Amino acid sequence: MGSLKKICERGTLYGIVTFFALFSAFPFYWMVIAMFKRDHDLFNPAANPFLFNEPATLDHLRVLFYDTHFLQYLWNTCLVGTAVVAITLLVSVPAAYSLARWSGRWGENLGIGIFLTYLVPPTLLFIPLSRMIGLFGLHESLGALILVYPTFTIPFCTWLLMGFFKSIPKDIEEQAMIDGCSRMGAMVKIIFPLSVSGILTVVVFAFTLSMHEFIYALAFISVSAKKTISIGVPTELVRGDVFRWGPLMAGALIASLPVAVIYTFFLDRFIAGFTMGAVKG
Amino acid sequence: MPNHVERGTGPARRGLRDSEKQLAVVMIAPAVLYIVCMVGFPFILAVCYSLSDATTGDPSLHFVGLGNFKAILQDPVFRKSLGNTFIFTLISQTLVIILSQALALALTQEFRGKWLARFFILLPWTAPIALGTIGWLWMLDSIFSPFDWLLRAVGLLGSPQALLGPLSNLYWLGEPSLAMASVVLVHMWRILPLATVILLAGLTSIPHEILEAAEVDGAGFWRRHVQITVPLLRPIMSIAFLFGLVFTFTDMTVVYVLTRGGPVHSTQVLSSWAFFKGIEGGDLAQGAATAIFLFPLLAGVAALILRLARRTEIT
Repeated sequence: MGSLKKICERGTLYGIVTFFALFSAFPFYWMVIAMFKRDHDLFNPAANPFLFNEPATLDHLRVLFYDTHFLQYLWNTCLVGTAVVAITLLVSVPAAYSLARWSGRWGENLGIGIFLTYLVPPTLLFIPLSRMIGLFGLHESLGALILVYPTFTIPFCTWLLMGFFKSIPKDIEEQAMIDGCSRMGAMVKIIFPLSVSGILTVVVFAFTLSMHEFIYALAFISVSAKKTISIGVPTELVRGDVFRWGPLMAGALIASLPVAVIYTFFLDRFIAGFTMGAVKG
Repeated sequence: MPNHVERGTGPARRGLRDSEKQLAVVMIAPAVLYIVCMVGFPFILAVCYSLSDATTGDPSLHFVGLGNFKAILQDPVFRKSLGNTFIFTLISQTLVIILSQALALALTQEFRGKWLARFFILLPWTAPIALGTIGWLWMLDSIFSPFDWLLRAVGLLGSPQALLGPLSNLYWLGEPSLAMASVVLVHMWRILPLATVILLAGLTSIPHEILEAAEVDGAGFWRRHVQITVPLLRPIMSIAFLFGLVFTFTDMTVVYVLTRGGPVHSTQVLSSWAFFKGIEGGDLAQGAATAIFLFPLLAGVAALILRLARRTEIT
């Protein structure tokens, strides 16, 4: 009896996990197939779409890497992501520490206020921001994205870090200050080393968010060589109404996988930062 | 959980107070300044646009009062968008809350190949949404959809007696109801990993002893889940729901990539309609007015759930 119940439980477990893994990963599996399929095979409604009915080909990859700006998009994305991460850290870490340590009533409200700005959607800010960017002379430049992306990374990352700093007992730095450290010294020497996982979470999150961003990039950048991955692939590989599905799928997959790997690697820290930042008002 | 109650302040610390206050202000100032300039100011500018007759060609502000709001409220496409925004968000997030519980519970168990399963399950959230949605666009293609091929292969589609009709394709994104279902499905697909990850964190924070004690007392799986796990998870579930709500409610990427609001505006949502109107149509005023409808709803819902989460934590 006992073992039968156990088998049932394991069966249900594997069933649930397999179902969701297939559901989540299927579009990416579909990208892999399209990436290596010959056009003749890809565009044959009668052929079994799950199999290679003709030998695989690297043509789509060749088109992607030699005939498009794909590598340029990757480079632009990394550039924007890195700059946004740097700005976010410089602004968010001190703000979050301040809010976590000196939060009276207004500190609490200010923290929530900062977080709430995250809810102002890009579609609302796009029109005025594009005018402001024009005034700053940043039209059609990556600088526009670097300037604007912290509008969503700073509120979110400050919120995450605030929860993280709150979880570090005050006694630790108070002890250091009694031992003669200044507040700044205690912060840099004691608190930051203890916060490495929180800060890494923010780095990964800020980078991921700027890599994902679509609307601002679509609105501010129309020169092909300045595009980021998330708009370059969908807009440049579609000519008029003609979708170049092979290179399109290859580009989407190749751009997606590295982030996915980093994300999974940081998952546990990410969860810790996320929920503490979220549950602590 | 650590105690956040203010500690007593000794005389030595009282001397530091003024300089600490200054330090606190200096440290927080850049964040506040940036947000005021890059979110607050544009937000006010957007409100001004919505009360004006500004267009891309003539962006100067001539105030016309609430005329834009009157005009868009009479626009059937706007009403459709408003309804769709709620329908898409509520259906997809209800499904997410139910499914993420099952998935999170499964992921608390140890099993072979767990890291790979986790990697796969997280993909919709980790991959840029515009790119993931392109995968769906190809899967829902009007001629080459693998779903249609499967349905044809098992005889449900494409023959005169078939259950789903004699046509060779369902036209997932061409048929209004199927297009709406597709948008909901993709939204759910995208938010499910996020909700699961958040719930998973909540689950691991529940002390084992409580569940074990209940099991010893004879409580079955469902009883333990409904009477112990769910009440303890409620604050974290609210958080998962809040984020899902926000991301789905304001998103236009899925609709933009998948259907562009079509066929005939049947999948239009507030943010995509604001984009098409304000950006592609050049009507800054009505675009801004349409988008402003997103804000009070979001702020209200967020405030509600934040309060809920904090209250649960105190008791």
